[in-house]
Amino acid sequence: MAKSGKPKLAVWKFSSCDGCQLSLLDCEDELLAVAEKVDIANFPEASRAVVKGPYDVSLVEGSITTPHDAERIHRVRRSSKLLITIGACATAGGIQALRNFKNVNEFISIVYANPQYIETLNKSTAIADHVHVDFELRGCPINKYQLVEVISALLNGRKPNIPPYSVCVECKRRGTVCGLVSHGSYCLGPVTQAGCNALCPTYHRACFGCYGPKETPNTASLSALWEASGVPQEDLVRLYRGFNAYADAFRKESEAHEQ
Amino acid sequence: MFQVAVTAMVYRIETAAVQSLIEVLHQQNYSVLGPTLRDGSIVYDELHDASDLPMGWTEEQRPGYYRIRKRNDEALFGFTLGPHSWKKFLFPSISKLFSASRNAKGFNVLKDKAEPKGGTKPLAFFGVRPCELHAIEIQDKVFASGDYKDPQYNNVRAQVFIVAVNCSHPAETCFCSSMGTGPGVEGQYDLALTEIIDEKQHFFLIEAGSPKGEQVLENIQHHPAEGNEVSKGEDVVRTAASNMKRTLDTRGIKELLYENAEHPEWEKVGARCLSCANCTLVCPTCFCNTVEDSTDLGGTEATRTRKWDSCFTLDFSYIHGGNIRTSTKARYRQWMTHKLASWIDQFGTSGCVGCGRCITWCPVGIDITDETRVIRDNNGSA
Ligand code: SF4
Ligand code: SF4
Ligand code: SF4
Repeated sequence: MAKSGKPKLAVWKFSSCDGCQLSLLDCEDELLAVAEKVDIANFPEASRAVVKGPYDVSLVEGSITTPHDAERIHRVRRSSKLLITIGACATAGGIQALRNFKNVNEFISIVYANPQYIETLNKSTAIADHVHVDFELRGCPINKYQLVEVISALLNGRKPNIPPYSVCVECKRRGTVCGLVSHGSYCLGPVTQAGCNALCPTYHRACFGCYGPKETPNTASLSALWEASGVPQEDLVRLYRGFNAYADAFRKESEAHEQ
Repeated sequence: MFQVAVTAMVYRIETAAVQSLIEVLHQQNYSVLGPTLRDGSIVYDELHDASDLPMGWTEEQRPGYYRIRKRNDEALFGFTLGPHSWKKFLFPSISKLFSASRNAKGFNVLKDKAEPKGGTKPLAFFGVRPCELHAIEIQDKVFASGDYKDPQYNNVRAQVFIVAVNCSHPAETCFCSSMGTGPGVEGQYDLALTEIIDEKQHFFLIEAGSPKGEQVLENIQHHPAEGNEVSKGEDVVRTAASNMKRTLDTRGIKELLYENAEHPEWEKVGARCLSCANCTLVCPTCFCNTVEDSTDLGGTEATRTRKWDSCFTLDFSYIHGGNIRTSTKARYRQWMTHKLASWIDQFGTSGCVGCGRCITWCPVGIDITDETRVIRDNNGSA
């Protein structure tokens, strides 16, 4: 607790685009209510001021990609009572985990003029691969209503309503017409966790899998459907290699189609 | 069972009178809801006038497949069923049960500001298919009978005006004949329509099924139908019945499923099933829901919300100590056995009306009629 008696909340950034932190800023009205209830001790997107730990709650954005990060996350963990990861980078390694399927040194030599200055790990990994995580909030980016829900649940000592079922459930509740069935779209909704309120399917786009694998995801059956309709193996690989490419179920499925 | 009811007087109305019918319902303060084209599908939504109906459209349905197609005529009801069912109006997918605010002693329930006094407009369902009429009756048993009646459901349901439509073009996924729920209209409706369309003519037969229906009928132009017109209507339903290819053998179905809880087919279907829950959410009789409590950040206000849920989600079977149906196999078996067997013990009726939605809208095309057939053909208990 801070001197004010309010819980101290810190936001930490690792390898990421800051989009999830921006979701917190995007809360606007709710952010004021959050600020009333908690002391925001560290929030790089909002302010440079850093209040010393320990912290009651740490929200961690980003994946671990450098030796420095791999060490820093332990310090964050040590100074946090509750550690919550936010977004696909922190929960699955993010889009940058695409490099995990290749040799990172080859990329470095192509991308950087002076590769000798680059110090990086072979793989981009989720925070939970390094330290104990109390709750994972999925999404690329996270949904601000889900974030407020998690914070509100924490403040009130209740379980957050963050269901792990499919995007299809949200699709049907909205009355959105299924694009997979009515247009033959390659929708990852049936294997992806809900949370976006079926944003893409409602705007006639197939689900990209931003929220990562749902509970008991049956990727093999979904792939078999598309294989039967003639989707080439390399396209199946690409389908599962998005923002959550290194989430277990999606990684295994894409690897199963790699020749 | 296929003929147009003989007891009620059958009248003929012209196609243009469909517009009058909608107008009269509007004049009587109904919000008129019915089939309309949206996002490449026929869905249920507000009908402003007859031009909102999917005139000249039909659909092609197969397991896991749905496409709308242009017809070569101007039929208003030349299709069967889309992904929506009337349950979305009677049992909304998300509804607030109540909210409460904290006070010194505990909490007090807040009066609902959103709900206008005197309730909302009554609903008219325009174009209810025979199987759907049965589905509504089934949900009535769930929500509107017994010791615990659902007030939200009942408030809306009590005022619903139903315009039913006899089926003329069963989809490939339809099997209402097997379930005894169609393709002819039976049961409680206010008005029932039969569309007659061929190269030479296009008109409707109409019957009133209630005093409310008669009163609406009085306000639109209609004439007693002639004998040959009435028999044309009977032909429509008879042809629909004979064009229905899909079947589900319901003989001893309860015992069949109860005795085959360990049938190897459950494992196989469990391997295909995505546990995505689409089948249950499109089903017009599935009623399962979850109740979510949420608080505001300050912890001063709390809201309880009811949402559609499904026996295919893991949390659905969560009880103290864990989930009792962790495998997809167990979840599929639960769904199908409830639908076709234990529903009979629970509500005295099958939970399936043969609409075929679960077949069409299952991304991987799992077919409840096929699954039943496989189990019957290799009946483990026999
Ligand atoms: S559009 Fe995608 S997410 Fe929506 S119901 Fe169909 S498969 Fe599921
Ligand atoms: S189980 Fe399938 S066919 Fe039967 S009523 Fe439900 S959606 Fe229709
Ligand atoms: S049967 Fe089909 S629609 Fe139902 S949960 Fe399984 S895959 Fe989804």
